[in-house]
Amino acid sequence: MPLSIVNLTYLLAAVLFILCLKGLSHPRTAVRGNLLGAAGMLIAVAVTLLDRQIISFELILLGLAVGSALGALLAVKIQMTAMPQMVALLNGFGGAASVLVAGAALIETHITGAEPTRQLTISIAASGLIGAVTFFGSLIAFAKLQELVSGNPILFPGQHVLNAVLVLAAIGSGVWLAMEPQTATPYWVVVAVSSVLGVTTTIPIGGADMPVVISLLNSYSGLAAAATGFVLNNNMLVIAGALVGASGIILTQIMCKAMNRSLTNVLFGGVGAAPVTKSSADAVYAGKVKATSAEEVAMLLETARRVVFVPGYGMAVSQAQHAVRALATMLESRGTAVEYAIHPVAGRMPGHMNVLLAEADVPYEALKDMDTINPLFPQTDVAIVIGANDVVNPLARTDPKSPIAGMPILDADKAHTVVVIKRSLSPGFAGIPNPLFAAGNTLMLFADGKKAVNDLIQALKGAA
Amino acid sequence: MEFLVATLTIFVLAIFVGFEVITKVPPTLHTPLMSGSNAISGITLVGAILSAGTKHTTLTEVLGVCAVVFATINVVGGFLVTHRMLAMFRKK
Repeated sequence: MPLSIVNLTYLLAAVLFILCLKGLSHPRTAVRGNLLGAAGMLIAVAVTLLDRQIISFELILLGLAVGSALGALLAVKIQMTAMPQMVALLNGFGGAASVLVAGAALIETHITGAEPTRQLTISIAASGLIGAVTFFGSLIAFAKLQELVSGNPILFPGQHVLNAVLVLAAIGSGVWLAMEPQTATPYWVVVAVSSVLGVTTTIPIGGADMPVVISLLNSYSGLAAAATGFVLNNNMLVIAGALVGASGIILTQIMCKAMNRSLTNVLFGGVGAAPVTKSSADAVYAGKVKATSAEEVAMLLETARRVVFVPGYGMAVSQAQHAVRALATMLESRGTAVEYAIHPVAGRMPGHMNVLLAEADVPYEALKDMDTINPLFPQTDVAIVIGANDVVNPLARTDPKSPIAGMPILDADKAHTVVVIKRSLSPGFAGIPNPLFAAGNTLMLFADGKKAVNDLIQALKGAA
Repeated sequence: MEFLVATLTIFVLAIFVGFEVITKVPPTLHTPLMSGSNAISGITLVGAILSAGTKHTTLTEVLGVCAVVFATINVVGGFLVTHRMLAMFRKK
């Protein structure tokens, strides 16, 4: 097939990718957008298979079959609560592919005896660097989300110095590769150093900052693909990679803004590393916390006209979304208006709560973002906070010295009555006490999220 | 270096296109946008296929096939899981 046809097909694929992202950013066109992206990928792969350089198809088809089977299995079997882990893994696989392709491209120049150009060696080094950071960063993010390692920030002295040294070492070995492209050793040094860098830069970032990290790794996976495009001199890869890079950066910015923190602060700050002191917790909570029972809350709900659920990561952990939906249906059948207040960084990835509640058949219209719901809290009879903590902490508004100062929060405290479903008074990720739990209009329902909501349903049934 | 500059031009322009196209994405679509764009980053598959198929050496072939597997998981898993999520959003 003539090269011009191949390249025109690649151009068509690139256009489809742009339409894919455009579609994915509007609810009505999202499904079509995703299909356009898949179509773009299909024609890109198909035309590549027709390339005459390819002399053996067995292994390619084997690879495609194995990859498709594993990918489909993951996509169909994965629980919605485990979605952050899945996205983290997929980010990483993209990075790994870039490392391998760049390595193979370098070795091919050794075989064919072609003198590698400066562009090629620089691009190969960049692919190896970004790809390895993406892969190992994603593996650490996965391990943290899956709780294979502690979700807390892991800090050690000299961390920043070590990272700086690793960055310099990776770039240095990249330069070495550009100087001595006849051997592959410098390349594997780049990859090894960058792999360590991926681990040491992700390990200090704590669980609640995961939405930022996942968005950033998403962006990296795009940049790794773009770098591979530079290696292969393939514009379609460059365009596709750049698009993904941009999309990841946009999400990263949205997440940072929702926490009122800069990206530098998230990456290097290590928030939550200092444990909450008992005295500060006592000063906030002592004698002021009112515990309640499911029966008491059910009585409140019986007469409530407007109820707002405020879900957080805890709801995902206890898998309470279906119970919440059942309770909401019950309330709605009694004429109560029910809505859900979604904080942009609630959960462990962008949009985590939306996905969970959609899985439980909560209608899209009932999910309200922060700016829409906040003015409505004063007219809300009961706000039920389930598994959320820092995103409803009024200290963000009042205490300029608190680690979450200035973070936009959900004004759940302005509802007539606030019911907080929580197992204990343990602090959230920011490691600070939450005055909301001791507020005059707050009732604490100490229990596991799912059990508490099911108890509420039983109590309401009993009352009816 | 002309190649590098030409490719760099396309790269920078494509980033701007990305920013313009994905404006004001609503929170509900944050996860699908991420998983969908993630599937696109599996485009490295194209390079992987070429490495795996050209049979320069066993080593490049092995690297290529591994890359094909990784990238295909990325592509197929990404688009499918995005579709599954969006289907959940659609049903009432």
